[in-house]
Amino acid sequence: MDERVDPILDIRGLRTIFRTRGGEITAVDGIDLSVAAGETVALVGESGSGKSVTSLSVMGLLTRNVGAIAAGSIHFKSKDGAIRDLVTLDEKQMRRIRGDDIGMVFQEPMSSLNPVFTVGDQIAEPIRIHRDADRKSAMNSAVGLLDQVGIPDAKRRAGQYPHELSGGMRQRATIAMALACDPTLLIADEPTTALDVTIQAQILDLLIKLQRERGMGMLFVTHNLGVVAEIAHRVAVMYAGRIVEEGPVGEVFRNPRHPYTLGLLASMPRLGEATRMKQAGQKLAAIPGIVPSLADMPDGCAFSPRCSYAIDACRAAVPALAAVNAMHRSRCIRWQEVGR
Amino acid sequence: MSAAPFLTVRDLAKHYVSRGTKLNILEGISFDIAKGEVVGLVGESGSGKTTIGRSVLRLVEPSSGSVEFDGTELTTLSAAQMRRTRPRMQYIFQDPFASLSPRMTIGEILTEGLKIQGIGTRKERMDRARNALVQVDLPAEAVNRYAHEFSGGQRQRIGIARALTLAPEFIVADEPVSALDVSIQAQVINLLRDLQQRLGLTMLFISHDLAVVEYICDRVIVLYLGRIMEIASSADLYARPQHPYTRALLSAIPSPDPDAPRNRQILKGDIPSPANPPSGCVFRTRCPVALEACAHTIPELREVSPGQFKACIRDDLN
Repeated sequence: MDERVDPILDIRGLRTIFRTRGGEITAVDGIDLSVAAGETVALVGESGSGKSVTSLSVMGLLTRNVGAIAAGSIHFKSKDGAIRDLVTLDEKQMRRIRGDDIGMVFQEPMSSLNPVFTVGDQIAEPIRIHRDADRKSAMNSAVGLLDQVGIPDAKRRAGQYPHELSGGMRQRATIAMALACDPTLLIADEPTTALDVTIQAQILDLLIKLQRERGMGMLFVTHNLGVVAEIAHRVAVMYAGRIVEEGPVGEVFRNPRHPYTLGLLASMPRLGEATRMKQAGQKLAAIPGIVPSLADMPDGCAFSPRCSYAIDACRAAVPALAAVNAMHRSRCIRWQEVGR
Repeated sequence: MSAAPFLTVRDLAKHYVSRGTKLNILEGISFDIAKGEVVGLVGESGSGKTTIGRSVLRLVEPSSGSVEFDGTELTTLSAAQMRRTRPRMQYIFQDPFASLSPRMTIGEILTEGLKIQGIGTRKERMDRARNALVQVDLPAEAVNRYAHEFSGGQRQRIGIARALTLAPEFIVADEPVSALDVSIQAQVINLLRDLQQRLGLTMLFISHDLAVVEYICDRVIVLYLGRIMEIASSADLYARPQHPYTRALLSAIPSPDPDAPRNRQILKGDIPSPANPPSGCVFRTRCPVALEACAHTIPELREVSPGQFKACIRDDLN
């Protein structure tokens, strides 16, 4: 579907299910997504959209016996150039890839840091495991990484425990850990969501810089459209387990062709504009209704119950992703009429 | 600040002692709110915005300072007197999951305050609960259901309805939309604005989201590490921020507009600990324009243009 050369990550027809007491539910329903080297792709959506489940599927971190990949492939090109389908790998093979070829950063840095080991030890650990490095050279590399992620006085900080660092510093430390083995792909799942806005700005700036310097691919999961515009080259908007719109960030945000994307962008109060709106007595353009439950999905287009463009045909079948142009796709049968 | 203010806060301070260390959570907080006005409190973690909101309603006891509500000094009221004042002042909490009891029906939740206040018969109380639900665009029949049957946005509406049953004049809304998804957030913001205008409510609106605050508030107070940095009308604050912290905060917010200029000013370092705040201006350790003098004196909050106040000694910027 994507003609761009050389994706390092190429997800095709991914379907991820969860087994619950109420039966099987589909959290991710037929996702196609690719990330090229040097490219940042944002997966954006609200709670329950399937954005995090998609990233967990790639990392092979779905909760065993609960979540499972039911269909599709996830081709990944590792550092040695070999391309393998991650869906077919066993846990042992996945463990070799995670932390080595694929780095991971999560929302809550304390969930990735062990409170009883020093920060330096934890960054050195993947280097020792994947690189077979001795303790001393691994620790030297760890200090170097802490320095690269902008932690002042890196040598002293390496000897400290996670609780001795601020939230922003901890997130820098987990980024250092993720980068320890020079991954080709960094998966960042809401990495700035728990941080204050001035610290978020620092971390975004750092991620942009590291991604450029290292030419990594980055899959960036977020609910924040502002963050997407700040960091990503391409964006895939998810709703109820499916990608509903996809394309270069500038193109999608300037010219959204799916009613959900259009609605999301219009419902955000914008700095500097809100005063004018208020004075003019304008309301925010809220999207009516609520996100549907995965256990009880509407027929056809999942957004149709909330959509002002919806017609009978929308409820008849799930719309295909239509090509707005070579790079931009919308899962809406009326995409030609959608726009600002 | 023309007519007699409805709420007057003067020199409010809150200190805690934690393991022998004194934490200065709030220091020298003074502001007024006029009747029918919506004032925003913005700041990052540890700025003290929630502590101010709770101190005003005496959900936490301030260490010193005064809070005058409609001519009555609240900080010296007895518990019984305070309880009589409470119906006029209500609080809306951030987390619509934690703030509603899972064991009580929505009707019980909404009438609890009325019951404590001894207002009305059981039937009258239930009627008020139904009425409050309708005001927040929920069906009146919801009184018979439980919180878990509702989505996050609906639960936040229930939290708002709970505050409304007592017909308050003043509401502290503490991050009321922060836990909600973007598409739901706008619904609740519109609802809060509608209710505020329809009922003539006076509101203290606490949020870390400056765009939401701009939309809902008439005036904004910017906090940093327990102190006020700037106070201005929303129109002035967003168009002409005066304090270096306000400027940095506004520039740090990522804009979804791909054509917006990306000239972010990135503040270095972390927010200092309230156990060990910097001398002089608390912002000086991260301030891009700090001078030697900033370490020596605590800058006074002064009016730099009509209705706009800043606590910064640098007047030579702009």
